[in-house]
Amino acid sequence: MPATIAPTVAGRLAYRRSRHLRERFIEAALLGSALVAVATTLGIVFILLKESIAFFRQVSIVDFFTDPQWTPLFSDPHFGIWVLLSGTLTSSAIALGVAIPVGTVLAIYLSEFAGARTREIAKPILELLAGIPTIVFGYFALFFVTPLLKNFIPGLPGFNLLSAGLVMGVMIVPYISSIGEDAMRAVPMSLREGAYAMGATRLQVALHVVVPAAFSGLAAAYILGISRAVGETMIVAVAAGNQPNLTFNPMDQAATITAYIVQVAKGDLPHGSTGYLTIFAAGLTLFVLTLMFNLLGYWLRRRYREEY
Amino acid sequence: MNDEPRKPDLATLAMKAQARELNFFYGAKQALKSITLPIYDKHVTALIGPSGCGKSTFLRCFNRMHDLYPGTRYEGEIRLQPDDVNLLSREVDPIEVRMRLAMVFQKPNPFPKSIFENVAYGLRIRGEKRRTVLMDRVEKALKDAALWNEVKDRMDELATTLSGGQQQRLCIARALACDPELLLFDEPTSALDPIATASIEELIHELRQKVTILIVTHNMQQAARVSDFTAYMYLGDLIEFGWTDDVFFRPQKKQTEDYITGRFG
Repeated sequence: MPATIAPTVAGRLAYRRSRHLRERFIEAALLGSALVAVATTLGIVFILLKESIAFFRQVSIVDFFTDPQWTPLFSDPHFGIWVLLSGTLTSSAIALGVAIPVGTVLAIYLSEFAGARTREIAKPILELLAGIPTIVFGYFALFFVTPLLKNFIPGLPGFNLLSAGLVMGVMIVPYISSIGEDAMRAVPMSLREGAYAMGATRLQVALHVVVPAAFSGLAAAYILGISRAVGETMIVAVAAGNQPNLTFNPMDQAATITAYIVQVAKGDLPHGSTGYLTIFAAGLTLFVLTLMFNLLGYWLRRRYREEY
Repeated sequence: MNDEPRKPDLATLAMKAQARELNFFYGAKQALKSITLPIYDKHVTALIGPSGCGKSTFLRCFNRMHDLYPGTRYEGEIRLQPDDVNLLSREVDPIEVRMRLAMVFQKPNPFPKSIFENVAYGLRIRGEKRRTVLMDRVEKALKDAALWNEVKDRMDELATTLSGGQQQRLCIARALACDPELLLFDEPTSALDPIATASIEELIHELRQKVTILIVTHNMQQAARVSDFTAYMYLGDLIEFGWTDDVFFRPQKKQTEDYITGRFG
């Protein structure tokens, strides 16, 4: 008897076996794709750390954070990262000063006020804005916004942080409005109905109920905006000038960390020289800065996660 | 159900509201068909019927909830006393309607705010800023909703930290804080366990001393337990309306009897 049953059992399970193999293969492929992203991140961190350690063997970390000058390629080199950091922070602050209010208001409008048709038209246009190459924004800042600003601010130099920051802000608006709108639309209708039933107006429902309920999503949108601003390269490289300059004055020209990296990476510095290593030290600073904001965002999301 | 066997003559009871020839449409689909129904002052009226019969749709006409969605249309009237205003009139601002009525929903929907701010919300949007007044009213509302003792030491905690039954009582307190003329309940216990349900039912029973209540429920025992009057609806029609014990024990219509006895629905 068993001799006749056994082939039958094997026959019944044959398909299951071949499917099992196929699924194992797919799982391996999925894992591989995930590992590509992880490995890239780890690789970047490894290179940044390795080259930065080499850099800090030659330059004291105290000087790096306290020296008021950044002249790595001069015969009397100075390596004060604050010079570049000030440019990055100032241009980012201007950009976020534009992008966070405008993006939030736009998200509220699209989610709570706009009709279906308005939203269908406005969203693709906003996404188009997000798709414009940043080099185009850079020249837009340099050749359109700066001359425009000169009408109001007579002494404004041709390269300045203000114009670059403003245009960067416009560039970031769609990121904030799009993620913010998604977060607000995810707020259940029953919550809105509860507020409407109390006699709240549309604006009160939006500001008192929907925005707080969507706060974790909004925070995520802001953090992404901050990361974009801090890491933005082409706009500042084109429109803010590449003059390392310890300043928090938006009317000045200054180099940001990213703009400096572009400038230096274009040149032909001897591999392993201190000048070459500055790229990695500056890159690590940028990495730590965005990491800090991401951690802040992670904490905010956990702290204010809404359970509907 | 009424405790005393002797029931007052309906003609002597004051009406808080009355629906007259009310039709309601979702787009082209008619969801309510010429509903005429009195809501007696300081009594509990229950709306029962199978799913899709229009009982929630009817309830949501009272505070113009349907205005929030496009393609909805009312015909007919809901008159609210004492000023005999037609709540459904285009000239009547839905926000003014909602300032007089309050609603408790199927699923507890506390706002993402503290316990205190949840209850104070209605007062705040009515312009009340005095801290002492807010505190008094919030305390009173929480006491009326039988929640005060459980939350008095944690007023600043997020309302979402409460249990489901507590959240629903918080929503009732939130509704009571503004002293509504008519309190609408839309299946308020359908998301709750039996113990939380019992406490909400007890609360509704007590509240009718103070406020007129209209409650939608798909639980017939609940209707029998908490209401003075019951209306049975089916497919957008009002089939039968009367004293709850009459509807349950002496239904006039065969359809009502079939539903109540469980032969259908």
